[in-house]
Amino acid sequence: MSRFASAFQSGRSALVCFVTGGDPTPDATPAILDALVEGGADVVELGMPFTDPMADGPAIQRANLRSLAAGTKTADIFAIATGFRARHPNVPLVLMGYANPMTIRGADWFAAECTTAGVDGVICVDIPPEEDPELGPALRAEGISLIRLATPTTDAARLPAVLDGSSGFLYYVSVAGITGLQQAAQASIEDAVARLKAATDIPVAVGFGVRTPEQAAEIAKVADGVVVGSAIIDIVAAEGANAPTKVRDFVRSLRTAMDHAREKTA
Amino acid sequence: MTLINSLRTQPDDRGHFGQFGGRYVAETLMPLVLDLETEYRKAKADPAFHAEFDDLLEHYVGRPSPLYFAPRLTEELGGAQIWFKRDELNHTGAHKINNCIGQILLAIRMGKTRIIAETGAGQHGVATATVCARFGLPCIVYMGATDVARQAPNVFRMKLLGAEVVPVTSGAATLKDAMNEALRDWVANVDDTFYIIGTAAGPHPYPELVRDFQSVIGKEARAQMLSRVGRLPDVLVASIGGGSNSIGLFHPFLDDPSVKMLGVEAAGHGLDKEHAASLAGGRPGILHGNKTYLLQDEDGQITEGHSISAGLDYPGIGPEHSWLKEIGRVDYTSVTDTEALEGFQLLCRTEGIIPALEPAHAIAAVRKLAPTMDKDQIILVNLCGRGDKDIFSVAEHLRVSL
Ligand SMILES: Cc1ncc(COP(=O)(O)O)c(C=O)c1O
Repeated sequence: MSRFASAFQSGRSALVCFVTGGDPTPDATPAILDALVEGGADVVELGMPFTDPMADGPAIQRANLRSLAAGTKTADIFAIATGFRARHPNVPLVLMGYANPMTIRGADWFAAECTTAGVDGVICVDIPPEEDPELGPALRAEGISLIRLATPTTDAARLPAVLDGSSGFLYYVSVAGITGLQQAAQASIEDAVARLKAATDIPVAVGFGVRTPEQAAEIAKVADGVVVGSAIIDIVAAEGANAPTKVRDFVRSLRTAMDHAREKTA
Repeated sequence: MTLINSLRTQPDDRGHFGQFGGRYVAETLMPLVLDLETEYRKAKADPAFHAEFDDLLEHYVGRPSPLYFAPRLTEELGGAQIWFKRDELNHTGAHKINNCIGQILLAIRMGKTRIIAETGAGQHGVATATVCARFGLPCIVYMGATDVARQAPNVFRMKLLGAEVVPVTSGAATLKDAMNEALRDWVANVDDTFYIIGTAAGPHPYPELVRDFQSVIGKEARAQMLSRVGRLPDVLVASIGGGSNSIGLFHPFLDDPSVKMLGVEAAGHGLDKEHAASLAGGRPGILHGNKTYLLQDEDGQITEGHSISAGLDYPGIGPEHSWLKEIGRVDYTSVTDTEALEGFQLLCRTEGIIPALEPAHAIAAVRKLAPTMDKDQIILVNLCGRGDKDIFSVAEHLRVSL
């Protein structure tokens, strides 16, 4: 069974946690990733820092800048990924970022590095299906999942194009907007998840604006996965050396709330 | 007639100019850029759209702009005849308004009720605020905090025109960061908002439609040249920030093989130091929705452009220029801050015209080029903006306190 398949088991909603690689320093990231897993994250998303994170809100923008200011290089991200894979052989690892750092040495180079580092999937914010040739074929040739985003603006006519060539899971961006700010209404999330699940067999995870255990629990009732990013980044930003402990406790609170929500509905 | 070998039929139907251009945007925006493309195709084929555009350019902007022979500058440089396309005489003082008229008409056609824009020098912000006032639409302009400080007169102009100016503090707080922030706004306001991009860059169809609206410069100039001197110019020269005034001048001449073209990038403190010359010092990459030459490091992190001119310090360039460079149709060069300041003063002194710092770069390039050419040859320069907005920063550089 692939790592994604074991992370997204039926009857349970997977917790997908995002942090920016190299924030606050490349050396600090491994302990934060371990804390995500200890707290109960089922999938880890490692952000590749970029100077121009156009789809991100203030929290993740600042995380990108902190990481770059600490001197984080693409090589550091792959080293972090390699170390993570050695310590956590079964937890799916996804790289998330922007097109330019991913393609600058060629998509084939990037895909091969992902394989070597044990990366399972890639989310590239600014490569829509229309520009798939830029990255998709190279990833698929290496057996790396290309995880696409569906959004409130992805209508029924467009959805097949988004699903074509995507695998691992589908990431539903629940609000038209940037990361970390407002949250979508639960009813609209439920409608969207139902619509997406009718169109695909791959798991559907919901993210953007999910900040609290309560929100995560509500979404866990209907979605195959819940993605939390900015709320964790805020802890990393505030806690310095204490960040791993606080991150672990916060992630555990998310996981526990999600488990209870499912028990109640079951 | 379709010319099989025409260079004027780009981009392809996916918005690519060779390997450049494209639509590298987040999924949320993708349906919006597809919509814009559909609507632009309809507008392009609609005589009523063209009629309204032409009418506003004539009676509101003041077109056609004059074609002017510069006798004293020509004499001083002692070579080719120098002619100027006087787009600095447009309403609002630069070429930017041509594009804004076109885009606001599109926005209205699409039923959008809120306008956003990015600006560097503030010229595009002023032009956008102007058309918003003219059509009664609310206008939000994102401007790097650094530029807000060095272009204070334009900030005040925008506010007088009713726009909200939002200073952007991320990154180096200049044009690139303003564009990031405008894109973030657009992603969060997908239903009612139209993004008026100020240069011939961004996701398809922006590079094409901005070029088409700015091509009025080259179309007029070509006709004016033919009627005034009975022949085409030998060389066209224009400054390049994102590339809209230059592509607007060049595009109508691309299929005239006798006409050479020179795009002038900002070499800032020098190409071996901080500069904004993406073609001279950059490599192809992906930013702000398109693939094009970018200033970046080996990991693909974007580096900050520097130029004395706030309108030129963008680390990218429109994708059509990247393509024209690769196929060799247009030559590109760069001039430093110091040379641009000299060009600025040269035009003030010889012709009684205070240029913006952006076309001052073109003048600095002409200063080197003209003496190498014969007296019967013709250089046509795009004088794309006037210098009122720049007198404070020029004074500072010349160490004069006002
Ligand atoms: C007068 C003037 N010229 C040139 C530019 C550079 O832009 P572009 O290369 O798109 O013409 C600007 C930008 O603000 C400008 O204000």
